[in-house]
Amino acid sequence: MQITMTVNGDSVTRDVEPRVLLVHFLRDVLGLTGTHWGCDTSNCGLCSVLMDGAPVKSCTVLAAMAAGHEIRTVEGLAVGGTLDPVQQGFMEEHGLQCGFCTPGMMLTARALLDKNPDPDEDTIREAISGQICRCTGYATIVRSIQWAAKHPAESSRPEGVPA
Amino acid sequence: MTAVTPLTMTERAANPAAAAEDRPIGFGRLQRKEDPRFIRGKGHYLDDVTLPGMLHGAMLRSPYAHARLISVDTSAALAHPGVHAVITGKDLEGLNLAWAPTLSADVMAILATDKVRFQGQEVAFVVADDRYAARDALELIDVEYDVLPPVVDARRALEPDAPVIRDDLEGRTDNHIFDWEAGDRAATDEVFARADVVVSQDMVYPRVHPAPMETCGAVADYDAVDGKLTLYETTQAPHAHRTLYALVAGIPEHKIRVVAPDIGGGFGNKVGIYPGYVCAVVGSIVTGRPVKWVEDRSENLMSTSFARDYLMHGEIAATRDGRILAVRTNVLADHGAFNATAQPTKYPAGFFHIFTGSYDLEAAHCTVTGVYTNKAPGGVAYACSFRVTEAVYLVERMVDVLAAELEMDPAELRLRNFIRPEQFPYANATGWEYDSGEYETAMRKALDMAGYDELRHEQAQARERGELMGIGIAFFTETVGAGPRKHMDIVGLGMGDGAELRVHPTGKAVVRLSVQTQGQGHETTFAQIVAEELGIPPEDIEVVHGDTDQTPFGLGTYGSRSTPVSGAAVSLVSRKVREKAKLIAGAMLEARPEDLEWEKGRWFVKGDPEQSKTVAEIAMAAHGTVALPEGVEGSLEAQITYDPPNLTFPFGAYICVVDIDPGTGVVKVRRFIAVDDCGTRINPMIIEGQIHGGLADGVGMALMEMIAFDEEGNCLGGSFMDYLIPTAMEVPDWETGHTVTPSPHHPIGAKGVGESATVGSPPAIVNAVVDALQPFGLRHVDMPCTPARVWAAMQGRPEPPV
Ligand code: FES
Ligand code: FES
Repeated sequence: MQITMTVNGDSVTRDVEPRVLLVHFLRDVLGLTGTHWGCDTSNCGLCSVLMDGAPVKSCTVLAAMAAGHEIRTVEGLAVGGTLDPVQQGFMEEHGLQCGFCTPGMMLTARALLDKNPDPDEDTIREAISGQICRCTGYATIVRSIQWAAKHPAESSRPEGVPA
Repeated sequence: MTAVTPLTMTERAANPAAAAEDRPIGFGRLQRKEDPRFIRGKGHYLDDVTLPGMLHGAMLRSPYAHARLISVDTSAALAHPGVHAVITGKDLEGLNLAWAPTLSADVMAILATDKVRFQGQEVAFVVADDRYAARDALELIDVEYDVLPPVVDARRALEPDAPVIRDDLEGRTDNHIFDWEAGDRAATDEVFARADVVVSQDMVYPRVHPAPMETCGAVADYDAVDGKLTLYETTQAPHAHRTLYALVAGIPEHKIRVVAPDIGGGFGNKVGIYPGYVCAVVGSIVTGRPVKWVEDRSENLMSTSFARDYLMHGEIAATRDGRILAVRTNVLADHGAFNATAQPTKYPAGFFHIFTGSYDLEAAHCTVTGVYTNKAPGGVAYACSFRVTEAVYLVERMVDVLAAELEMDPAELRLRNFIRPEQFPYANATGWEYDSGEYETAMRKALDMAGYDELRHEQAQARERGELMGIGIAFFTETVGAGPRKHMDIVGLGMGDGAELRVHPTGKAVVRLSVQTQGQGHETTFAQIVAEELGIPPEDIEVVHGDTDQTPFGLGTYGSRSTPVSGAAVSLVSRKVREKAKLIAGAMLEARPEDLEWEKGRWFVKGDPEQSKTVAEIAMAAHGTVALPEGVEGSLEAQITYDPPNLTFPFGAYICVVDIDPGTGVVKVRRFIAVDDCGTRINPMIIEGQIHGGLADGVGMALMEMIAFDEEGNCLGGSFMDYLIPTAMEVPDWETGHTVTPSPHHPIGAKGVGESATVGSPPAIVNAVVDALQPFGLRHVDMPCTPARVWAAMQGRPEPPV
């Protein structure tokens, strides 16, 4: 079947099998491999992307269900060559180790900060409670998101300037 | 033992306000070089590898724990659209690949030929156009099994009527794998016989799983024309894998290139060679196209390397006034269906014999018996430092059991029995030489940070109110950095590491490592080591790893060995370059080398610091036309293979505060204080991250995680719905501190740290749980301390998990 959706601001139209999951559509069809996959049961949150601004687990959404919607992946976090404060925060506060959970974490954090620019620690922990990280023990992820909350957009570094 | 003198160095404090402090040339807090790609979604993990013409593999697995294989009919699967090949054990037999040696001198099935021996065992492999078609075809393979009774409980594995699992091994009539002992049995028995107080306790360290967020996988690309195999793999040990493939598959080693791309967490899960990797290779040979295989989560949890599964009986002997004299233990080790633990050859129980802990004992003895069961193979994984995890859990639980018996404060009991600083290097009762330690300092620091006396006061008040508050202490000593070649090898390969360093003409450098990061930040840490030794800024140093064609031989990253072994190799290879630079600087400055002095980044003439040459100037001269001294070649590079003189012994003091809901048995970790000593600290930010991750592991193991089985051998932990991993909600904000006691056996005095917290935290949490349950008269509760188990314990039924 043919589907059309907006991914990171660009309209894309592709033919897909109806059963193809959004995570596989993004990774295998569009080559956006920043969205990861980690479980069979919608528990890990590695595959989280934003659909119309709200986090969804892309392993639990058929590509066909995303048709007509706006999808934002980690590749679309930096806007106009400027890193999102969340991306900056993860580097500043060591919010990542292997980096495998990081795209999903950052997108969930972005959605949280869009709704609540100054969340307290419990709110942050709750917001990321659908995402598993096996490396960091979460405290630095919380700090990374707090860093982003304290440094809204203007502190971001232009894309291409090394951290 | 050759001792290398550690450098003394001051650690730069993290200070975000001071930009220069944030970008040290050498050791100190430094943002990671790998982060810019990861935060942009530009990491390159195994499943991101896409090659032209690539096909996809999927594995058919056994639904039974123990069954004879009658027939495998692949005809319908082969006829399915998009399917290119279906490979069975019979096909592999023809290639002599149906069985392969394990890392513990056993053999394991790649694809089953005679029997299946655990649920999830590999039976057939489909290669198809895409992952969906490959999975569809799995459904079409018709396998006939004759189901056999399984051995699930390790305690019954050696009963005379137990089914024999390994009837593939000639002459095998039981499920016994090995008996092993360490320490002095007679001396230990003698101490126990005369001790005032002897207490014993049975405890289980349940089977758990490393469950890295990225599952295991491979992309095999065999080029039939030049006979070259390129194998992308989720591996922590690319070089060891290449050698094993050469030995097993008969492909010449120079025709194999193993590439480990970015690895999404390993924790020991990615040390071994799995059947899926081999099948991807065979699939590529058979189809003439690249083949990708990536397991799903349940395959990862059910079939790949598990951890622990030790049933332990501990005994501790002491004087009435609290002097610990000896520890004795017997262990029954469940190794699953194939003995595939990845550990040094001479150590079938890993480094478990460091169960003497941090205490000055008169004697100690252990026996370990390994048995086969109808469960997945593995055994050394999940950040365990070759079973130091089990050892530390045993001794730290036993010390608490003793403290309860003596009605003594557990902190006080530990402080009274620590090995004292002046006793190092300390020969323990089972043959280790502990390098350095200041145990009391670390313990007192943790007690201070926790506000221990106030906590005990608060606890007394809470108890009066009927609240269940617990305070748990654990003090661990690890042994990491395997290891000296005279003692340690894995399948005959010595456990040294190579390193190569080249300074380019403009003073930038490339360092090549044999170890493989899985998130530990090697690209940063190793650049910092070179920076510290040569004064080249870390951003000017490229760290190359994860490709056997581009890096020197070495055994890989596990058992916290990267900093102890490869870190030493990199510092020493840097010093070799520095020495060569000195000779060239001498020629440039027309001074004798012995008249030159080093300051980070340059050689200068003693007494005349203006007369100097920087590393960059020397590098250009080395490659230029300067007349070089006799015997000095025109380049600035060196290589080394490092054979560690000893392991390193990081240690730490952990304190955990829990609250248990008396109505539900739910355990909440309220606070966790961790004081770690890993010797010289290279990047405090990365160290802290490693510790945080390990502490979360500890919460998982102590409270949530377990791979359980039912009586038929069905795995009950095969998904993240059943195998529970802590989220941000189950863990507290960690309170970390540190002390620095450099190792005298490492050139920069560093010790490993990657597994310290995974090793040290479970006993602290369980000790806190048991302490909270003291009003119920309990001395022990087994992990995982789930609400159900804690509740049962409160009702007087503290059941072991197996
Ligand atoms: S892949 Fe685990 S929740 Fe989507
Ligand atoms: S950084 Fe590795 S899983 Fe989160």
